[in-house]
Amino acid sequence: MTVTAAAHDGGIPAPAPGTAPQQVTMSGAINRALRDAMTADTDVVVFGEDVGTLGGVFRVTDGIARDFGPDRCFDTPLAEAGIVGFAVGMAMAGFRPVIEMQFDAFAFPAFEQIASHVAKMRNRTQGRVNLPIVIRIPFAGGIGGVEHHCDSSEAYYAHTPGLKVVTPATVEDAYTLLREAINDPDPVIFMEPKRLYWSKGSLPEDASPDAQIASSFGRAAVRREGIDVTLVAYGPSVDVAMQAASAAMGSGWSVEVVDLRTLVPFDDQTVVASVRKTGRCVVVHEAQGFAGVGAEIAARVQERAFHSLHAPVLRVAGLDIPYPPPKLEHLHLPGVERVLDAIARLQWDDQADALHLPESSPACDSPASDSKGGAA
Amino acid sequence: MSDRSSGTGVHRAGVFARAPAQAPAGGAHTLEADALTTDTSTPLPQTVPSPPADRPFARGLVPAPMPVQFLDDQGHRVQVFNDDYPEPAAEQLVAAYSAMVVGRRFDVQATALAKQGRLAVYPAARGQEACQVGSMLTLSKDDWAFPTYRDSMALVARGLDPVEVLTSPHGAAHCGYDPRANRTAPQATPLATQLIHAVGFASGEQRQGRPTVAMAFVGDGGTSEGDFHEALNFAAVFNAPVVFLVQNNTYAISTPLTRQTAAPSLGYKGIGYGIASEQVDGNDAMAVLAVLNKAVAHARAGQGPVLVEAHTYRLDAHTNADDATRYRSSAEVEDWIRRDPITRLEAWLRQEGLIDDAFVAATAQKAEAFAADLRARMSVDLVVDPMSLFDNVFGTPTPQLLEQRAMVQAELEAEEASR
Repeated sequence: MTVTAAAHDGGIPAPAPGTAPQQVTMSGAINRALRDAMTADTDVVVFGEDVGTLGGVFRVTDGIARDFGPDRCFDTPLAEAGIVGFAVGMAMAGFRPVIEMQFDAFAFPAFEQIASHVAKMRNRTQGRVNLPIVIRIPFAGGIGGVEHHCDSSEAYYAHTPGLKVVTPATVEDAYTLLREAINDPDPVIFMEPKRLYWSKGSLPEDASPDAQIASSFGRAAVRREGIDVTLVAYGPSVDVAMQAASAAMGSGWSVEVVDLRTLVPFDDQTVVASVRKTGRCVVVHEAQGFAGVGAEIAARVQERAFHSLHAPVLRVAGLDIPYPPPKLEHLHLPGVERVLDAIARLQWDDQADALHLPESSPACDSPASDSKGGAA
Repeated sequence: MSDRSSGTGVHRAGVFARAPAQAPAGGAHTLEADALTTDTSTPLPQTVPSPPADRPFARGLVPAPMPVQFLDDQGHRVQVFNDDYPEPAAEQLVAAYSAMVVGRRFDVQATALAKQGRLAVYPAARGQEACQVGSMLTLSKDDWAFPTYRDSMALVARGLDPVEVLTSPHGAAHCGYDPRANRTAPQATPLATQLIHAVGFASGEQRQGRPTVAMAFVGDGGTSEGDFHEALNFAAVFNAPVVFLVQNNTYAISTPLTRQTAAPSLGYKGIGYGIASEQVDGNDAMAVLAVLNKAVAHARAGQGPVLVEAHTYRLDAHTNADDATRYRSSAEVEDWIRRDPITRLEAWLRQEGLIDDAFVAATAQKAEAFAADLRARMSVDLVVDPMSLFDNVFGTPTPQLLEQRAMVQAELEAEEASR
């Protein structure tokens, strides 16, 4: 288990005291990681739609084409399957492509290339051809984007054997996880929470082309320690979980927050250790809940920590609807209130959760309780 | 010969020459006036129609109005839009003959193995020998091939171990050969998806300063896929040294070409991307070699990708599981048998005194020995390590995969103990 910077009131942890690290945005940290990786290894190339002269629609690749030249960072035709397939060939020729899908839903045309080729090449060739490709995907909502610009597609990738699926929640992780992704011999889907692009934080102190990147893949981070409830979150939802944890203090709940960092590989160990300690678990993510990553996590937790659980594992997820228009996204996205409501249903005082009992069913052992304040 | 290719008023200009940046507007142009061709031979005098005044005309990119041909159905030397292509060297033609005879024998043997249940399935290429063999003989050892599932014969012609080629339908693994050692990508089943890999690879090799050419295979059906479009477009934009070989074998399983395209010929599909294009009689090995020799040289010289449509015919059903009588007549098949690529080339080689009865007999014997060896090696019962299931999902297995591996291991040990 990794315990990172101590919690403060909501949001991303502040830098450790005694240091004066450089404050950057998450998009700046990703830019820096790309530059450092490109400096460290001339086989690293960046391409995609508008990533060259423009620097990408989110400016993540700002200045890279200018500074590294058009052979290292270039625009492609507007065709996502083509970009991914081209990267497959470039990787076979010895490069380490880092490619950008402009928005999450725009990656769907590339899904066949990703699922049938990127994910399977090592397996299809009995390990003779591996594909060190990073597919960067700006994902999730919260930016008031119009349709097709705010999807969360992590479940599709996590369900596909052969892909590593990574999503940073902090500026520091954006840098280190991307460096690790580029170094990885296998393909990595690197999902960048759009709403965190402008969040500020610090780079790791040793951020540089030759920085030794400690492995974080498969190692969840405990962002905040607590003893009553574990909130499991990733990417943009970690911030929501941190805020909910702070708010929960008012009701007397001590909440632990686990940031998964990588969905694949999945860190069962850290999640289960936390739940064994707290006995209660809520999974938070933006993607629609049905058949989502949260369902997998809930299943894994109850398979491994059933006897430690005081209540069913609950999920707070996006609604099972196509991503809504901007004026309604606040109702779709998991917020602090919805997380607190879920925490309240965790059978405090041994009160059964009657939410899903049919009206006509015989009385259960305990009456339904909607109370939020029943902390153990 | 495809009758689809006739009836168009568009005539070609230079072979594989790039389109001029600004096409002259209006008026007719003769081929002689077009100095864009890289070939020094004199093209046939043809008239090209006036290009639209408001946009560049694709002169230099258009294929011949009829498939390029060197040998007619009886193996007689003919002149059909072939002036721009040097006749292949005698050694290459003799090598092609041998490889086609061995290749067909391999193909027939593989079909038999499938019918016997030794292979799960086999998509035959009998009838397409000129394309299968011609494509590989035009590549250098360091070039790469990006084949489909129907190109097993081509891989054998390339020199790959036939047992390794058949590993996938044999059932032991997905791809039996080492792609890097054999300079051959795994055979693609999702059609046209590997074309863009060829483009990225060729572009990557070019960026690495290596003179590699990639030969990318697709069929008539595959040209309808979106990835065909994206691959051609990327290839043209990045000037990648790729030769796209479209083996138009007339059917995509059962669906005829008329349901795939309304284009005058699949060769015309290159024009819109700015890709030099050609169509060739795919059952004329001399023509296939001549056109592909030039296409490979064109790509290697950095002059950009080339699209070649080869008109051919799949004599067998789609696979051993298919019933071709449901969608085509035996008369049609008979008609194509008369255009058999092997007999055509053999007739011409004999005529020229390049091969004789003894050579033909020795080649047939070589093919029989090849098939006998394949039969013997394929009749050995496969031993597959069950734990190989978990070997190459990732470079390093995840904890979850290790758990599942242990579960399967325990099951197998329990099964073994109960015997």
